[in-house]
Amino acid sequence: MQRHLISAADLSRDDAVHVLDTAEEMARVADRPIKKLPTLRGRTIVNLFFEDSTRTRISFEAAEKRLSADVINFSAKGSSVSKGESLKDTAQTLEAMGVDAVVIRHGASGAPYRLATSGWIDAAVINAGDGTHQHPTQALLDAFTMRRRLVGRDTGLGRDLSGKRITIVGDVLHSRVARSNVDLLHTLGAEVTLVAPPTLVPVGVETWPCEVSYDLDSTLPKSDAVMMLRVQRERMNAAFFPTEREYSRRYGLDGDRMARMPEHAIVMHPGPMVRGMEITAAVADSDRCTVVEQVANGVSIRMAVLYLLLGGNEPAVAHARTTEEK
Amino acid sequence: MSKILIRGARVLGGEPQDVLIDGEVVEAVGSGLSAEGAEVVEADGKVLLPGLVDLHTHLREPGREDSETVLTGTRAAASGGFTAVFAMANTFPVADTAGVVEQVWRLGREHGYCDVQPIGAVTVGLEGRKLAELGAMHESAAGVTVFSDDGKCVDDAVMMRRALEYVKAFGGVVAQHAQEPRLTEGAQMNEGVVSAELGLGGWPAVAEESIIARDVLLAEHVGSRVHICHLSTAGSVEIVRWAKSRGIDVTAEVTPHHLLLTDELVRSYDPVYKVNPPLRTERDVHALREALADGTIDIVATDHAPHPHEDKDCEWAAAAMGMVGLETALSVVQETMVETGLLDWAGVADRMSSTPARIGRAGGHGRPVSAGEPANLTLVDTAYRGSVDPAGFASRSRNTPYAGRELPGRVTHTWLRGKATLVDGKLT
Repeated sequence: MQRHLISAADLSRDDAVHVLDTAEEMARVADRPIKKLPTLRGRTIVNLFFEDSTRTRISFEAAEKRLSADVINFSAKGSSVSKGESLKDTAQTLEAMGVDAVVIRHGASGAPYRLATSGWIDAAVINAGDGTHQHPTQALLDAFTMRRRLVGRDTGLGRDLSGKRITIVGDVLHSRVARSNVDLLHTLGAEVTLVAPPTLVPVGVETWPCEVSYDLDSTLPKSDAVMMLRVQRERMNAAFFPTEREYSRRYGLDGDRMARMPEHAIVMHPGPMVRGMEITAAVADSDRCTVVEQVANGVSIRMAVLYLLLGGNEPAVAHARTTEEK
Repeated sequence: MSKILIRGARVLGGEPQDVLIDGEVVEAVGSGLSAEGAEVVEADGKVLLPGLVDLHTHLREPGREDSETVLTGTRAAASGGFTAVFAMANTFPVADTAGVVEQVWRLGREHGYCDVQPIGAVTVGLEGRKLAELGAMHESAAGVTVFSDDGKCVDDAVMMRRALEYVKAFGGVVAQHAQEPRLTEGAQMNEGVVSAELGLGGWPAVAEESIIARDVLLAEHVGSRVHICHLSTAGSVEIVRWAKSRGIDVTAEVTPHHLLLTDELVRSYDPVYKVNPPLRTERDVHALREALADGTIDIVATDHAPHPHEDKDCEWAAAAMGMVGLETALSVVQETMVETGLLDWAGVADRMSSTPARIGRAGGHGRPVSAGEPANLTLVDTAYRGSVDPAGFASRSRNTPYAGRELPGRVTHTWLRGKATLVDGKLT
């Protein structure tokens, strides 16, 4: 693993499988009565959130606390940032307080990359979502969920997603989740198809390692997993599509469409869902839908990433039981 | 003023000759000229060009003296071999009145490093709603002939038409920043393969090309001349080529950075590469070079855009757009056009001196290097190669995309009407 996690594209196949395997180890911790490891005791991690995202922040925070790290939450609202402080000064101020890792969520694409490469700070940088660029831990938790469901919890260990057909539906243009997933799923050997109205696919997509389709119905029978992306209502006003109803009719997943999927196929969603828009309640609440699992898996994946970036190379759980963290 | 003999200079890259300056004019050009009573500059085979003319410079004064002033900007210009620069109107206050353009013009005269020809705003406050007093600016001491809302596009077709028509009365020209505003809302970089990957808002080529197409048709319809600022795409080249073949009176400029750099550099998310119009693709770069060589694009203009360090030392989206360029322009042109065989030095003199002077009606600039002409001259050591060190810039700002990059050529001497502004690479 590298020192930072900025983009899903930075992970090799072996790196990614290693993260998934480590996350399985971490997941076992969650099944214990005491869900805590001493692995990162004495290390300080700041969750530097320039965008509101309660669920991602809480997921990272839970992961950090389960690894016994000291956690600082920094949200840009009401902070020095709202008084005009630059990203550089904010980061340097936090590092001066002895921070070992920065988990950053930022509205500007590339902000975590700048933080990691500009020489402003020395701490490890973990991208928790930047603009419309990347959200690598989301892609990892999605891949983790797919491997568990489509390959198997135990049989999946050490394996990738070779040959699995994954369909990602919705606002690809504005989605860091789609970009991260395309990169990671390709690395893991899956075949990815993006489905969206042409207005919500970026110019330049032709170089991505995936297929693009405008027709959801013909894609569903050939899918092992269908990931629905959130579609923001305000896109309608910018003429990306005519009305919510038309979007739902053409690209929403309802019970009839779900019935066209193979029996083993799962429905995923990074959340938050807009019920009635891209997904109906019947689909969201069905047992084929993995939304809640994805949230649980997110904590395991983030524990694995933090452990691998900060904790060293020895096996996480065994190491944590027997020795003090250096 | 005393005499200066420049000995053994390759005028426009030709055979070595001597050039004798007497006072403000070139007295003689020939072989074995007498050095009597003259200070001698041994040119030693360096190339002598007419002083360079930049039709597109941001001097930032008044209003943003933290990034550049008329003094520091004209010193940077002299350093880069320029003897005249056209100062863009997007200052604070905007150069939309006779008062502001006269102030900028006068500051240039007082400092004496380089002639400063202010460009007047087309519309009041660059807001696109109301024509500025173009005639008053033309009749002022500054004698404005070039008008531009640069930084913003005159996107209203009627406003553009009226401006094109109106300036015909005094031989003016409108220089258009071609950028369709709706197509570029939130634009951060060239729209294409790289923007798709980086998740940065796209600035599509069509936003430039559609405005250029409209404006050449407007210029044809009302019989006016129009100038296109910083043309950046292969498609724009095709449109200008078509317009010229129809006899439309259009001229166009390209910046040095669009001749050399591509949007691949944006992968670093380093805002030093953030500029408007954005860096385009390899294909565009080649089309621009070809077009500059065949004359479809008339001139090189720097779009020298100084910004303070803090406006670039940040995340991409928060950063200012623009690059400094006066002190590296000639080197980039040597690298991209001369060393590739696309232009000879006479061609460089045409694209960087005589044609910009003609478009902007800068009297006394861009003249031939011959007896009786004003002694606005630039001596270039074309054999030099070195890496760009921003710490050595005369500009107040350091936002260059070339830091550490090796480039050929170095201006060693600049003369403004016979007065040396740069000697052995040092400002006087």
